[in-house]
Amino acid sequence: MVSSTTSSSTALKLILAWGFVGIPLVWGVAQTIANAMALFN
Amino acid sequence: MTNADILDTRSGPMSFLDRAHTVAKAGYSRWLVPPAALCIHLCIGQAYALSVFNLPMTKLIGIDHAAPEDWKLTEIGWIFSIAIFFLGASAAVFGRWVEDGGPRRAMFAAGLCWAGGFFVSALGVYLHNIWIVYLGYGVLGGIGLGLGYISPVSTLIKWFPDRPGMATGMAIMGFGGGAFIASPLSVWVIKRFSTPTHIGVAEAFLCLGVVYLAFMWVGAAIVRVPAPNWRPEGYTPPVVAQKLITKNDVYVYDALKTPQFWLIWWVLCLNVTAGIGVLGQASAMSQEMFPGRVTPIAAAGFVGLLSLFNMAGRFIWASISDYIGRKNTYFCFFAIGTVLYALVPWTGSIGSVTLFVLCFVIILSMYGGGFATVPAYLRDMFGTRYVGAIHGLLITAWSMAGVFGPVLVNYIRQYQIDNGVPKAQAYNTTMYIMAGLLVIGFICNFFVKAVDQRFHMTSK
Repeated sequence: MVSSTTSSSTALKLILAWGFVGIPLVWGVAQTIANAMALFN
Repeated sequence: MTNADILDTRSGPMSFLDRAHTVAKAGYSRWLVPPAALCIHLCIGQAYALSVFNLPMTKLIGIDHAAPEDWKLTEIGWIFSIAIFFLGASAAVFGRWVEDGGPRRAMFAAGLCWAGGFFVSALGVYLHNIWIVYLGYGVLGGIGLGLGYISPVSTLIKWFPDRPGMATGMAIMGFGGGAFIASPLSVWVIKRFSTPTHIGVAEAFLCLGVVYLAFMWVGAAIVRVPAPNWRPEGYTPPVVAQKLITKNDVYVYDALKTPQFWLIWWVLCLNVTAGIGVLGQASAMSQEMFPGRVTPIAAAGFVGLLSLFNMAGRFIWASISDYIGRKNTYFCFFAIGTVLYALVPWTGSIGSVTLFVLCFVIILSMYGGGFATVPAYLRDMFGTRYVGAIHGLLITAWSMAGVFGPVLVNYIRQYQIDNGVPKAQAYNTTMYIMAGLLVIGFICNFFVKAVDQRFHMTSK
C-alpha cells in the first residue's frame, strides 16, 4: 500500500516536472517549425 | 575536513542549499534530475535570442526611428560578447565552487545572477545608460550563464553512470532550446508594454527576470545528488577499466597539466568555431548565396531550422556517443563536417537550396553535439569527481571560438567582396577554411589517449 502510494506520488512528480519544462519547449519548437516552413514555400 | 564538508555541516536559513541537504532519499527518481537541469538551461538559453532586443533598443528614444542619441547596433552587440566572455570566465573560476557546494547552491546562485542581470539591465534601459546594461546582462548575466551552464553537469553524470552522454545531452539541449521560448516570448512582452510613445524593453527585461528567477529556483528545488555509492538498479560498473574510460579521478587543476585537457580544449574550440560563425551569419549567407531565391522571411526560417538542429543534435549525438564512444563521435563530427563544408560552395554553384540547407542542418547538429558530448568525454578522461569543474575550465574554448568564428566568416567575406568576388561566391573561401579547421580538430582528437596514471588522485 505504502509502496504503491510512493510510486504514484513519484509518477505525479515526474509528470509535473517534465510538463513544466516540456510544455514551453514544445510550444517554442512548434513556433520555430511554423516559421521555418517559409523556407520551403 | 574539506571546505565542502564545512559548508555541508553548517546550519542556518540558507542551509537547504548545501550539498548535505540535497542528497536524495530512497524512492527519488533519477528522471527528476534532467527536468531540474532543463529548468536552468532553458532559461540561460535565452542568450541565443538576445538579438530580438537589438532593434527595439536602437529606437528607445526615437521610437519609430533611431534618433542620434539612441544606441547604435555596434554598442548593443557588445552586450552579448561581454556575456559570453563572462560565461567562460565564471565557469572556469567558479567550477570548483560549484563542485564543492553541490548543484542546488550553484543553481540558486545562477538564478540570482541571471535574473539580477535582467533587473539591472531594465534599470540601464530605463536610465538609458548602456554601461549599466553591460554590467547587468553582460557581467552579472554572464556569470549566471557560466554558473548555470555547468551546475547540473556533474550531478547528471553521477545519476546516469550508465548513459552519461544522453543525460548531459538532455540538459545541454535545453540551452539550445531556450531561444525558441525566449524569442517569441520576448517579442510578445515587448509588444504588450509598448505604446505609441514608449518601447517596452525595460518592462520586458523585468518580466523575463521574474519568470527566469522562478523557473530556475524550481530547478534548484527539484535537484538532488545521489547518496554515496548509489548506482542505478541493474547497473554494474565495468570491473576492468575500458581503454578510454577511466575508473580514477583527476584533480581539477592537475587536469590542466595533462595533454588530454588541451587536446579536448582544441577539439571543442575548433568544432564550435566552425559552427558559431555560420550560425551568426546564416540569414545573410543564405540570401547572398541564392539571390532572389531566398527571401528575408525564408532566411529567418533557415535560421530557425538551424537552431532546431543545433538543439536536436545535442541530445541525439550525445546519446549516440554512449554507444560508439566519445572519441569516435568527434571523429564523425570532424570527418562529416569537413566533407559538408567542402560541399557547400558546390551547392551554391548548382543553385540547390535544398542541398545547401541539408549540409548546414547536419553541420549545426554536430555543432550542438560537440557541446553536449564534451562533458561525458571529460568524465571518461578525468573521472566523475571534478568533472563539473574541469568542464568549467574547458568552457573557455567556447569563449575563444565565439570570437574566432564570427570574425573568420565576416572578415573573409568582406575581404573577398572588396577584391571583386561576387557576393554569391564570397563565402567559398571561408567554407574551405572551416573544412581545414575541422581537419585540425580531427588530428587533435586522434591524439587523445588515456590520462597517465601519475595524474590520478590517490585515496589519501
